[in-house]
Amino acid sequence: MADTITVNETAYPTPDDPRVSLLDFLRQHIGLTGTKKGCDHGQCGACTVIVNGVRINSCLTLAAMHDGDSVTTIEGLGTPDEPSALQRAFLEHDGFQCGYCTPGQICSATAMLEEIAADWPSDASENLEGRIAISGEEIRERMSGNLCRCGAYANIVAAIEEVAAGGRS
Amino acid sequence: MTVHFKQDEPVNSNRLDGMKQGVLGKPLPRIEGLAKVTGTASYAAEFPVENCAEGVLVTATITRGEVTSIDRESVLSMPGVIAVIDDEKLCTRAAQGTANEAPMQGPSQVCYWGQPIALVVAETFEQARDAAKHLAVEYRKEEGAPLDPSEVEPEEQEDETVHQGDLAHAMADAAHSVDVTYTTKGHASAAMEPHAAIAQWDGDKLTVHASLQMLNYNITELADALDMKEENIRLISRFVGGGFGSKLGISEEVVAAALAAKEVGRPVRVVQSRQQVFQTVMRRSETTQRLRLAADSDGKLIGFGHEALVSNLPGETFAEPVLQSSHFMYGGENRELMLNVARIHRMTAGSVRAPGEAVGMPALEGAMDVLAAKAGIDPVELRLRNIPEKDPEDGLPFSSHKLAECLKQGAEAFGWDKDQRKPRQRREGEWWIGTGMASAARVHNISEAKARVTLKTDGTALVETDMTDIGTGTYTILAQIAGEMLGLDPKRVLVELGDTRHPRGPGSGGSWGAASIGSAVYVACKAIREELATRIGTSEDKLELSEGKTATGESLTDLLEGKDLAREGHYEPGDIEDDYTASGFGAFFAEVRVNHYTGETRVERMLGAFGFGRVLNAKTARSQCIGGITWSIGVALTEALEFDPRDGHLVNCDLAEYHVPVHRDVPDLDVVLVEERDGAASPIQAKGIGELGMCGGAAAIANAIYNACGARLYDYPMTPDRVLAVMPD
Repeated sequence: MADTITVNETAYPTPDDPRVSLLDFLRQHIGLTGTKKGCDHGQCGACTVIVNGVRINSCLTLAAMHDGDSVTTIEGLGTPDEPSALQRAFLEHDGFQCGYCTPGQICSATAMLEEIAADWPSDASENLEGRIAISGEEIRERMSGNLCRCGAYANIVAAIEEVAAGGRS
Repeated sequence: MTVHFKQDEPVNSNRLDGMKQGVLGKPLPRIEGLAKVTGTASYAAEFPVENCAEGVLVTATITRGEVTSIDRESVLSMPGVIAVIDDEKLCTRAAQGTANEAPMQGPSQVCYWGQPIALVVAETFEQARDAAKHLAVEYRKEEGAPLDPSEVEPEEQEDETVHQGDLAHAMADAAHSVDVTYTTKGHASAAMEPHAAIAQWDGDKLTVHASLQMLNYNITELADALDMKEENIRLISRFVGGGFGSKLGISEEVVAAALAAKEVGRPVRVVQSRQQVFQTVMRRSETTQRLRLAADSDGKLIGFGHEALVSNLPGETFAEPVLQSSHFMYGGENRELMLNVARIHRMTAGSVRAPGEAVGMPALEGAMDVLAAKAGIDPVELRLRNIPEKDPEDGLPFSSHKLAECLKQGAEAFGWDKDQRKPRQRREGEWWIGTGMASAARVHNISEAKARVTLKTDGTALVETDMTDIGTGTYTILAQIAGEMLGLDPKRVLVELGDTRHPRGPGSGGSWGAASIGSAVYVACKAIREELATRIGTSEDKLELSEGKTATGESLTDLLEGKDLAREGHYEPGDIEDDYTASGFGAFFAEVRVNHYTGETRVERMLGAFGFGRVLNAKTARSQCIGGITWSIGVALTEALEFDPRDGHLVNCDLAEYHVPVHRDVPDLDVVLVEERDGAASPIQAKGIGELGMCGGAAAIANAIYNACGARLYDYPMTPDRVLAVMPD
């Protein structure tokens, strides 16, 4: 049986060329261009997707390595008709300008909130053990792999804080 | 029908304030926002095109010389490779903003390390990338290309030179004087979307999806580069993933894609790699700036000197306009201003967000802080005492001037403590804490612009122009202007941008977009209102429209009598440009902590108060301001292009080594919008805000570093090593 990657609950055969990154697979092979290429070197976070529940830079991994994996992209989080809570909060707080880093920011934030809920510590955490409280500093630290050159950071953090507090559901 | 309005006089009728829909200025979310947050907005490289081949640029590995041979056979036998393009029409530099002609062409002549010299085309991106790496190229090197701006005889930019009075004498006589030299490193725009183009030919007709800021100029530049007629070209840029000046003119991939598509007979996509974007598009020049300030015992300036050295490649007209706002920022009757350009063989220097003031203002405002400390005057008060009543050089009146209000309202909102001006007053553990401030200024630019507005029989309106939205909010503010004028909910206004089939707008650049294209939409809507008023037997100035109805309850749909009503608005700045000095003004306040042992600076909080004419959308305007303030943090602390002194190549050509601010570098930011109506700036009484937010902000941080720990630095960015080197014991 051919290797397959499941993306947003649809199964696709992995590409023949082993050089194809997961990012290029999503954008060029199956037409999911919501995931963005900003640097192709894992430096900007625009290509962030969620693989088996964990956020990764899709430019830093090869599609051929993801047989059997489940990938969620921005298109899988919500649609214009049914946006997710974070997508709505980004819209309301103007958590973007040009919009190019935005899918990566939202995918990253979606998984990041799960990491805090699971008490994974960060550099901003008071302790390595125990409960992690959500704070602006926690969010900033954990989102620092997602660059926004328009400089919408303050609004992005406000949007994430609102959703973390249970808003825009 | 086109309605032309040439502005020779201020427009002080405040018509937009008298409209009844009540949507202009409101903080509406972006109308294209849902597409952006759901990943359904398509950027240049993302248009589904059948049978599209992939092109990858090959760049030079010498500084100056000639390409003597390109061995096509070295790659044509590789899997999937279709062609190697080294046509002499390939562009080797990006066009400068508003160039309106092709940039430098002829890839066989190399002028800088990293210059594009060829394009490899293959079936897939992976094949093209591999082949591009293996293309065998031979060069004839020319040694001795100058690389260091301080080692060549510079060219004076005579338009910038001012000799007024006797500055040397004023400096000698002054009660307080400052003579300091600042340096700034080069900056990159680093827009998140890499430069990209998909070119398709249909006979002699060319369509290019590209990531460009100024289609109205870009179409002319592309036509010139390809030696073809503009009417045979269509450029489309509906979404642009950031520009910041780097996409003002056509860049190398646009022309390469067009030439390749022609040669291989199928569509071709070319996306620059991040490293190529850094190395081939535009750098902001490094600067060396001498500031001389002479003040009387009250701190009032009697002398003002600002001289700057910048650099660019031979053949480039652009010179970082460092002195732009220094010409009118503060008084002082004895003045010396001079801008020099060194011709060196680093990559092209051009516009990066707020060319000029982005680096000129941080130097000037740093020097003002030095003067304030010397004279023992509160820095806010020093600036208030030096606001000129008219332009100190040409004597023109200011179109409006909100610096004093920004300084006062900003100080109040920030909680500025004028009694804490002595350094080293607060310490928490290893950290010194302090505050600083700076003024902001950015010249007001405005341009000719055209837009078509159609009031449709279904009760909606359509706005069409080739203007772009690069994240600035153009889509939304045009829907608000049209909605306000025509009495429609902005949701009922469809805005189509970024297509050269539409009337020509001004393009996005120099913060002129909103005021220019907004005025064209205003002119078109006013003409539609005149027609509607005629139909109901009243005058335009008495016509009240809201929610699709007149004040007497007639619906717009009925008034249209089954036929769409369209007007093209053509706005043109006239004498107004020569009669006033026009600028946005503002003030920055920052609190920082500086580590005594490591020299690390963290920005704790920052506030900007800005006056830039009418606010068209309080949400998107505020976002422009916080974006600018964020760039200020980068200029102050981290951003620096580093060039190899041996061959001039840009060493830190990616986002790991060129440090743009990240989430954790940016605290909560406060913005105070100081509302005003500047009728001399534009008919809609608005000025630009895309750049003002970073014009001086770095100095507020630099001055806060001094206030916190007593380290006075004159070199941006103020990295930990530099802070530590001058940290008092």
